[in-house]
Parts: sequence; C-alpha cells; structure tokens
Amino acid sequence: MSRKILTEHINVPGIQGYEVYRQNGGYRSVEKALKMTPNDIVEEVKKSGLRGRGGAGFPTGMKWSFIDKKSGRPRHLVCNADESEPGTFKDRYMMEKIPHLLVEGMITSSIALEANLSYIYIRGEYMWVYRILERAINEAYAKGWLGKNIQGSGYDLDLYVTCGAGAYICGEETALIESLEGKRGNPRIKPPFPAVVGLYGNPTVVNNVETIMDIPWIVMNGGDEFAKIGIGKSTGTKLISASGHIKNPGVYEIDLSISVEEFVMSDEYLGGMYSDRPLKACVPGGSSVPILPAELLFKTAKGEQRMMTYESMSDGGFATGSMIGSGGFIVYDDTTCVVRNTWNFARFYHHESCGQCSPCREGTGWMEKILYRLENGYGTQEDIDLLWDIQRKIEGNTICPLGDAAAWPVAAAIRHFRHEFEYHVRYPEKIKDRKHFEYEPWEKVKHLMATESVLV
Amino acid sequence: MALAEIKPEQVVFSEKLMKRIEELKSHFPEGRKKSALITVLHEVQDEHEDWLSVPVMDKVAEVLGIKPIEVYEVVTFYSMYNQKPVGKYVFEFCRTSCCATRGVEDLMEYTCQKLGVGMNEVTPDGMFQVKGVECLGACGYAPMLQLGDFYHEFLTKEKMDALIDDCRAGKVEKLSKV
Ligand SMILES: Cc1cc2nc3c(=O)[nH]c(=O)nc-3n(C[C@H](O)[C@H](O)[C@H](O)COP(=O)(O)O)c2cc1C
Ligand code: SF4
Ligand code: FES
Repeated sequence: MSRKILTEHINVPGIQGYEVYRQNGGYRSVEKALKMTPNDIVEEVKKSGLRGRGGAGFPTGMKWSFIDKKSGRPRHLVCNADESEPGTFKDRYMMEKIPHLLVEGMITSSIALEANLSYIYIRGEYMWVYRILERAINEAYAKGWLGKNIQGSGYDLDLYVTCGAGAYICGEETALIESLEGKRGNPRIKPPFPAVVGLYGNPTVVNNVETIMDIPWIVMNGGDEFAKIGIGKSTGTKLISASGHIKNPGVYEIDLSISVEEFVMSDEYLGGMYSDRPLKACVPGGSSVPILPAELLFKTAKGEQRMMTYESMSDGGFATGSMIGSGGFIVYDDTTCVVRNTWNFARFYHHESCGQCSPCREGTGWMEKILYRLENGYGTQEDIDLLWDIQRKIEGNTICPLGDAAAWPVAAAIRHFRHEFEYHVRYPEKIKDRKHFEYEPWEKVKHLMATESVLV
Repeated sequence: MALAEIKPEQVVFSEKLMKRIEELKSHFPEGRKKSALITVLHEVQDEHEDWLSVPVMDKVAEVLGIKPIEVYEVVTFYSMYNQKPVGKYVFEFCRTSCCATRGVEDLMEYTCQKLGVGMNEVTPDGMFQVKGVECLGACGYAPMLQLGDFYHEFLTKEKMDALIDDCRAGKVEKLSKV
C-alpha cells in the first residue's frame, strides 16, 4: 500500500466545501506557517527533497531559494494548472475533488515566498473546475484565510484564478506568464528566469498543482518525514494518471518506490491489460517522453527491476530509458500501430507549436506530413531517415523545450520500432486500414520482414 | 439582423456581463487590467452565440481600455475562441493518442454519419457540429468529448445517441454557473 498524502481525504463526502475540509484538518498548515519564518519553510521544503511535479522534476526548495527577495519588488506565486500534456489528468482530478487543498497550498507557499499576490492559471477547457476553484477561493476569503491581515498575522495575500483558452504551450512557464498578462502564449527567452523577471517583470515562482498540494503536508509533518518515503532522490508520493489499454485507468497516488511491474499488473493499481492482450509499449510520463517497448518497461537494459522513480525510469538514458515526466502513464497493447501513434503525437505538436522558432514551426509540420505518408502507405525507406534527421535538427535548437518534446517521441519510436516503420514501407497494402494491427498484430506479420526486400 | 452586420456601437453587453467584467478586472493590479482579457473573452463569447465577431472584439478592447489589435492577436492564437459562427451544440472529440487508443475515431465517424455532416461542418438546421481537438485531460476516461463547459466521458455509440436526443430536447446544459 502506498501512503496517501494528497488523497487521504479525497473521498470524504462534502470535502469540496470549506466546512468539511476544515474539519478534516484543512488550513492548519497556514496557521503553522504564519508562526514560522519564511526561510524556515523554504528549508523544510528543501529537506523534503520534493521535485517539481509538472514534468521537469526540478527541486522545489532550490527553485524557491532562487526567488529574488533583494530587489524589493513585489513577488508572485503562480500555480500551473494548464495540464495539457497528453496522458496527464491528475491535476484536474485533485482540483475537482479537493479544491481547498490547492488554495491552502497556495497560501502556505506564498507565505514562504513572501508573495502578496498569487494566481492559479488553469486551462480554459477546465471551465467547470475554474468555477469550483473560484468558489473555494471565495470561501477562503470569507473565512479570513485570504485578504488583508490573514488570521490577525499582519500578512496580506490576494489569490485569484485565471484561465487560458486552448494552447498546450501555455503550460511552459514563460508562455504561461505571457498568457496571464493577457497576451499570446509565446515563450520568453531565458535568462532572465522568472525567479528574477517574471509576471509583470516581478520575481515569480511557477509551480505545478501537485507540487503546491504537497506543501501543506510537508509543513505539517516536516521535510524529513516526506523524504523518508521513496528511494534516493525520488522522495514522497507521486500522482500517476494512467490511460490506454489497461483494466483500471485513473489517477493513483503511489510511493516513489514501487516497481513498474507491480504498478501495471497488480489489482491495487492498473490491474493488467483490459482485454488480456499482450502489452506492446508504454509512454510512462506524458506524450513528450520516449516510448518504451515492453521488454524495457519492467526491466532496465541491465536486467534490473525498473522502479517508479525518477532515476530508475530514466535508467539507460534515451537509448533504453524514459522519464517519469508529468506522470501521464499510457499503456498500449499489441493492436496499437506505433507509426500511427507517433503520427498522432506529431500532429499534436505541430498543432501546438507557437511558431516563434523555425526548427519547431517547420520541423513539427514536416514530421507530421512524413509520418502521415508512412502511416498511409505512401512512405519510402528514405522517409524514415529523413524523419530521424529532422527530429535531430529540432532538438536543442529552439527557444523552449516544446521542440525537444516533439522530437523525442519520434526519435524513440524509430529507435525501438524501426521494423514497424519499415513494414509500412514494404507492405503498403497491409497497413491501409488503420486497424491493421487489430486484425494482424505485429507478431503475426513480422515473419514477412525476415525475407529479402525486393523493393528499394 | 445577422450578428456579422452589427456595428461596434450597436454591440450590447448585458448588465450581468459588464458586472462580471468589472469583477474580473479587479483581480489584477492597476495598469495590468489587460490580464483579464482571456477570461473576459470566454464570458463574452458565451453571451454572443459562442463566437467573436470583429465588432464584439472591438467592444472588448473598449471595455478593457486596450487597442483592438491586442484583442485580435489573442483571439487568433487560442483554439477555444471562434472567429466564425458555430453550431449550437459543438461536439469536440479529443482525437489524441489515449482517446484514439480507446476508439474515438470510430465514434467520430459514427457521429458524423448519424448527423449527415463531415468533420467541422454545421448541420443545416444549425444545431450540431463535430470537431476533433487535442488532449483535454480526460485520457483515462476515454473516449470523450467536450460540449460547452462540460466533459462527456466513457462514450459509446448508445451514449452518443442519447446525448444527441437530449440536445434536441433542450435538456443539455452547456454553461457552468458563475
Ligand atoms: C511545452 C511545455 C508544456 C508544459 N506544460 C505544463 C503543464 O501543463 N503543467 C505543468 O505543471 N508544467 C508544464 N510544463 C513545465 C513548466 O514549464 C514548469 O517547469 C512547471 O510548471 C514548473 O513547476 P514544477 O517545478 O512544480 O514542476 C510544461 C513545459 C513545457 C516546455
Ligand atoms: S520551440 Fe516551438 S513552441 Fe517553443 S518557442 Fe519555439 S516555436 Fe514556440
Ligand atoms: S488523449 Fe484524449 S483526453 Fe487526453
């Protein structure tokens, strides 16, 4: 059994409302934080080893200690609730079910950062969740947890929720800030980092919903307690949103110490495959991370058991590993066509590129077109190499990491499933129907690839 | 009169909308009221048959004290704003990987066939439109679609039939309450 830090009270009837939330220990971390010095709170977060849950896994305490407190400019905490990485739906689940935990976390974290004006930026499609948060914030104001002189402490904080309108790129922190300022979501060139020049030019910290929700527990129980959960530098629990061909899709809170095999196969978690077909591949951390073939999912290339930790998931680098990323865990069975799935992701990134940098704007479009060609039986052997070449030229040559995020899935798909791309080139008639692997999974047709190719 | 023919000075924002806009503006510091733009545009679109005509956008600029171009450049960037009239009920199916894995493509085809339209087309009676959009954060509840402010999840053909009937009967809520 994993610990329940975030989800302990999630099924308590009425927990969405203030009264029940408060009766279950809600807002105690604010009371405690108001009696601590901001630096002491930051120290606890550092001790906890908490790493950002939005995808990059950057240590939260360290990020907080970078915020410029010397310039005397106003500081802001901005919560990233843009959640648009395909496969990821954990933040929405939490905000919908227990919105006051986010409000409490925002207040406690703002105290640590000595911010007096903070925002939650939520994707526009989550409009009904926006209303839930708005209600929770209004309740918190009415009960004296927000506004002037909070609980008689002399500390002032205003907190508001604001929304986007359909743009994955606004999850990137500088694009998010631009969007929050009422502009197009074009990422800014870094440096300067938001910790120095962020919202309205002021020092700003941007953190994921789950990161912020971990703070109340850390403040109440101490960083050391949090660090006791997990393995090595992967401390605490993590929300994993699981989807695809599994029996029990949904959001799970897991200790960062269970094995991938247990997570996928045990009935406590995903319960194995939904139609009992073989597992073919898994994208373990949202669409941007490399896809892993079945043989590299439960065991690393070295033959060690793969664990649900930052380190173990990336063991082997991009050659044979992947990443925990945002916790968007997508499982595919043998009816899935990797070429089609890669095209699907490429279309997503092309659609979502903001268009500022040519390698990303043009490259994502070319990749989509080539993959479309391959998937529909019009591709050539050279197309596979061209695809490899394009993804390599995007990576590292753009303003923000969306370019990399578009390149990595393509690279990993070719690296691990090149044979499927070649099958599409050699047997165009067999792959015309998009369900070709449902009728004839790869295992049934792979013998065809053993023969010499007559086509060049 | 068709909305497109309306002159900016003829655009009317209801009292309720104006109050809401003032409230949203109050969430941002002096000199930073433009920050309310993206949220305001959602509210305005909801009150104007789900799309934003040029006169309506100009009115938003006036209300927020910014230039019209600042509104246009935002409206053209974000996918949730409509620059053309849309169907009364727009089924926005998520077409991304996890939903594709759980059969959304079949479901989109089924819905289009049933309504007698292609993707993105509006039915002749102006009631329905089918669109494919990118991941909506409901991947574990696939296949799914968004209709107005709400998600409809774990869809099947039977559920689509029922949803369409409910729309025709005027029984489907599109907007979440402020
Ligand atoms: C293209 C792109 C999209 C992103 N989307 C999200 C997102 O939806 N939610 C999120 O929390 N972080 C997202 N991030 C990461 C943020 O830039 C940022 O690192 C994160 O919000 C920091 O919070 P954390 O340290 O608490 O994880 C995205 C990054 C990129 C490059
Ligand atoms: S990498 Fe792509 S999304 Fe990021 S700034 Fe450049 S064009 Fe925009
Ligand atoms: S892939 Fe459809 S909601 Fe995420």
